Amino acid sequence: MLRLPVLRHAAPTTLDEAIELLAAEGTMLAAGGTDLVPNLKRRQYPEAKTIVSLRRIPELRGIDLLDDGSLRIGALTTLAELVADDRAAPALREAARAVASPQLRSRGTVGGNLCVDTRCHWLNVPETWRRAAEPCLKAGGDTCWVAPAKRFCWAVSSTDLAPMAIALDATVELAGPEGRRRIPLEELYRNDGMAHLTKAPDEILVALVVPPLGDRRAGYRKLRRRGSIDFPILGVAARLGFDGEVCTDARLVVGAIVSAPLRLPQVEALLEGRPLDAATIRAAAEAAGKAVRPMSNTDLTSRYRKRMVPVFVRRLLDELVGASGATATS
Amino acid sequence: MRIDPTHGIVGAAGPRVDGLAQATGTLRFLDDLAYPDMLWGKILRSHHGHARIVSIDTSRAEALPGVHAVLTGADLPVAFGLLPVSQDEHALAVDKVRQVGDPVAAVAADDPDVAEAACELIDVVYEPLPVVTSIEEAVAVVDEPIHGEGPRDNRHREVSLEFGDVDAGFEAADHVREDVFFYQGNTHAALEPHGALALVDETGRLHLWSSTQVPHYLHRIAAKVLELPEHRIRVTANPTGGGFGAKTDVFSHELVAAKLALVTGRPVKIVLTREEVFYCHRGRHPVLMWFKTGFTADGRITAMWCRTYLDGGAYGSYGAASLLYTGQLQTTTYRIPAYRFQGARFFTNKPACGPKRGHGTPQPRFGLEIHLDKAAEDLGLDPVTIRKRNLVRPFSTTVNHLRITSCGLEECLDRVVAASGFADKHRSLPPGRGVGLAVGAYMSGAGLPIYFNDMPQSEVMVKVDRGGLVTVYSMAADCGQGSTTMLATVVGEALGLDPGDLKVVTADTDLTPIDLGSYSSRVTFMAGNAALEAAMKLADLVLTAVADELDVDPDEVAIGRGVVTAAGRELTWAEAVRIAEARWGLLSATGSYKPPKDIKGDYKGAGVGPSPAYSYSACVAEVDCDPETGFVTVEKIWLAHDVGRAINELLVRGQVEGSVHMALGEALMEEQAFRGALHDGPSLLDYKIPTVLEMPPVETILVESVDPEGPFGAKEVGQGPLLPVMPAIANAVHDALGIRVDEVPLRPDKLLAALRDLERGGEGRYGPTKLPDYEFRSPLPVEPPPEFR
Repeated sequence: MLRLPVLRHAAPTTLDEAIELLAAEGTMLAAGGTDLVPNLKRRQYPEAKTIVSLRRIPELRGIDLLDDGSLRIGALTTLAELVADDRAAPALREAARAVASPQLRSRGTVGGNLCVDTRCHWLNVPETWRRAAEPCLKAGGDTCWVAPAKRFCWAVSSTDLAPMAIALDATVELAGPEGRRRIPLEELYRNDGMAHLTKAPDEILVALVVPPLGDRRAGYRKLRRRGSIDFPILGVAARLGFDGEVCTDARLVVGAIVSAPLRLPQVEALLEGRPLDAATIRAAAEAAGKAVRPMSNTDLTSRYRKRMVPVFVRRLLDELVGASGATATS
Repeated sequence: MRIDPTHGIVGAAGPRVDGLAQATGTLRFLDDLAYPDMLWGKILRSHHGHARIVSIDTSRAEALPGVHAVLTGADLPVAFGLLPVSQDEHALAVDKVRQVGDPVAAVAADDPDVAEAACELIDVVYEPLPVVTSIEEAVAVVDEPIHGEGPRDNRHREVSLEFGDVDAGFEAADHVREDVFFYQGNTHAALEPHGALALVDETGRLHLWSSTQVPHYLHRIAAKVLELPEHRIRVTANPTGGGFGAKTDVFSHELVAAKLALVTGRPVKIVLTREEVFYCHRGRHPVLMWFKTGFTADGRITAMWCRTYLDGGAYGSYGAASLLYTGQLQTTTYRIPAYRFQGARFFTNKPACGPKRGHGTPQPRFGLEIHLDKAAEDLGLDPVTIRKRNLVRPFSTTVNHLRITSCGLEECLDRVVAASGFADKHRSLPPGRGVGLAVGAYMSGAGLPIYFNDMPQSEVMVKVDRGGLVTVYSMAADCGQGSTTMLATVVGEALGLDPGDLKVVTADTDLTPIDLGSYSSRVTFMAGNAALEAAMKLADLVLTAVADELDVDPDEVAIGRGVVTAAGRELTWAEAVRIAEARWGLLSATGSYKPPKDIKGDYKGAGVGPSPAYSYSACVAEVDCDPETGFVTVEKIWLAHDVGRAINELLVRGQVEGSVHMALGEALMEEQAFRGALHDGPSLLDYKIPTVLEMPPVETILVESVDPEGPFGAKEVGQGPLLPVMPAIANAVHDALGIRVDEVPLRPDKLLAALRDLERGGEGRYGPTKLPDYEFRSPLPVEPPPEFR
């Protein structure tokens, strides 16, 4: 078994205490630890000295229905708890259920999945393996082995929850030394495999807030080799609102393509303001396929994953349109 | 001599004798062993695929507090290898490393963290050498071959044989077809990583525990490499958390743990990481293969020519045998009147390949069964008919001199076709759905031992105490296949005792008589026969003594369930045993098994392939393919297996289902792939094994042909059922989509490539087209048996 590096472990009981601890160099947050621990064992964070566990902070737990109908999901809520909560939108529960395996969902958290580190098959390998290649950019080297021409890290966003929650217009609450702030979830991410989160290192994700779905439809589809365990190698999330047959508002977000969940406004525009007949859906799906460029950094080939984008988008939209009864599809 | 069970013990579906301990976590695996003064060993491994070691400086590691010993290749200079012809490995590299993960140095330290830190402090200077990572590269002449002196190519072994007149067979054919296939390598991925623990006992002898399938071979090689007499070494094989062939070789960590214990005088344990297990490998060889077969118009084979090219990895391991296995067993399912086999194994700078479930035969079986399907289509025959026209007959000899005895192949085929509704479904299911058929055969143990000797392959001793407890002693190592339960059941059946009431002592070179190991599906047949012989002798001692005591004819005494009956009287087993002990003294008996000598031909290479009996399997797979994503869902598997006789039906079914699961992974997703000399992802996240969600329902049909030489008629089941599954799935994909993916794994991107080829007017195929630029020597002609002349 791979060994953990020698680390200090802190288990604060209040958020303020945790934020204070995070001010020190070399601290890392741990929620469920399901992703952090294997990454630590592979020595992916040589700078890590102290793990700050959030598990003893009661404030981070629980799911509450707010007055405006939004659902406020504490960051330390386990994925299994979210899956089991029938107040949450079925699509969000479905996305949570697509994460990893039953065992890992009992331990892994909503906040952990939203913040999960980007992945790459040159990086998420044992340290002894990485030694056989020159270290990649994210491992402290000078070259990204996925695309050596440019000094940029392409490690892939691997959260299932984020694309779906972004499509649902979710926001997140962050707590830091300056106090609390709330930002659209989409703004939590930046497309940079080295630093994919915009939050400050001493900010803690406190909760995910998901507005009510109303009579809109939403869904998530995930590409992976096996029906369980695997990270997404493509995720497609959509939310559609209708007035009669006409689509009034559309959200389309793809995951596991670049280093952040990627919203596709140009595709949303093709859907809005018209009935979603087969031709419209097909055109939108093709546009989505053209808009993305997966890299060779995870399972299956980049070419294959790109080919799957229009298929997955079309199938998801077909399913949502079929479910709404708004338009018959062929 | 055929002996039929009478007590209902053989054939029952009782629990494993170690089942409760397995299920409750009390079975002691290697890593469960610990000693208070134990040290932890760790091996520093090469991160170069191919390099000369310029220097190793261990001084910084030795100076680290908590470090007790540091070893390098100079401390273990004796070369070893499992096969006598391949003595090409060192416990720690000497002069050169040949793959990423080659062991270079080792430490023993107070705890695993210190051991790891010490490895970091060993300074190794390498001079990198060009790496060879494919067969195409390995056929080229290079200045620095992986083994031996250059310039030369990286060929390891070659075989070139011809049985009968193949060219004449092609001349006589109405139809001749050629096909090229590729079988990607894959690995065993047993859940338990390998480990070893060694100590010097109170008498100064070395005791080495290992999660090994072959304690006897480990014993021999440890004696050689450690330069100790065999009687100074005791090897104990722990129950393994899966083997599948992974633990049939001898590895660096076993020899290093032993040497560290000898050097430090303290117990030393080494348990490998999953990454290290991927580097140990010894798994399925990647094989490129070419078949050319002539057929009569009605589908009878007139001649076959098979060429195989094996990517062997960095060491010989079992490779010389693996190579022969890619050619030798084609004749065990189909009557091939003339056969030419040419094969070559090459060294590459990757982890060494070796025996994985089916050892060398799943690759050609994949090719052969698809090749036959294609020929059937050419000839306007259905897949069942072409196979039926060529089936090997029971009690016959093959053109390459293999002796066939019991053979339930036709029954397997008939029953699997009937149960699956194959005839109604083939070419008749809606688009995207399809069925495929394939058959296979496997050995019930290799006819010859790995090192030449005339002694038995298996010996068993049974002993009874005054309370009636029967203890069975055998070196057979239970690698999860259930050999301990098999031994208890065979002896229990002979003595009328419940298997759970027997004690079985296994896999310890001090305590148990020889068994060569858990490989080649040999244990039920060979150790089972030895156990049966010992038990029958013991039964005879008891019966004779009771007859004397009661003054009746020995024929009037019989063993029942837990009792001995004589002339209307009934004794308990323990009472009968006490009478016998009074009569004979210590009640014990031994049995031995050696395969018959007349099961092989007389030519170079004839030693690989012969077996005292072959198991047979037939499989139908039904698949649902998504033409847009290329994903294959296996909806159901029907598998009929001729096991001779099921010693324990539950374990037999378990072996079939386990084989199907492993085959599903090989067919659809598992691949031991590389980026240059670097493993593509040495973890169980990146190496894709099917989960329970991918596992289809399996309808297992047991065929009992009752082998005349097997214990109670039993043959093997551990490996054979895997063989037909991969080609059945590939043939089903063809039925579903009209495409041919002529290689495994049938990844979704390959299906889409074949579909695209079809759309563009091609034949709808994905697979290799070219063979390496390699010239085989002309085949050695071997006179076929009389019936083929």
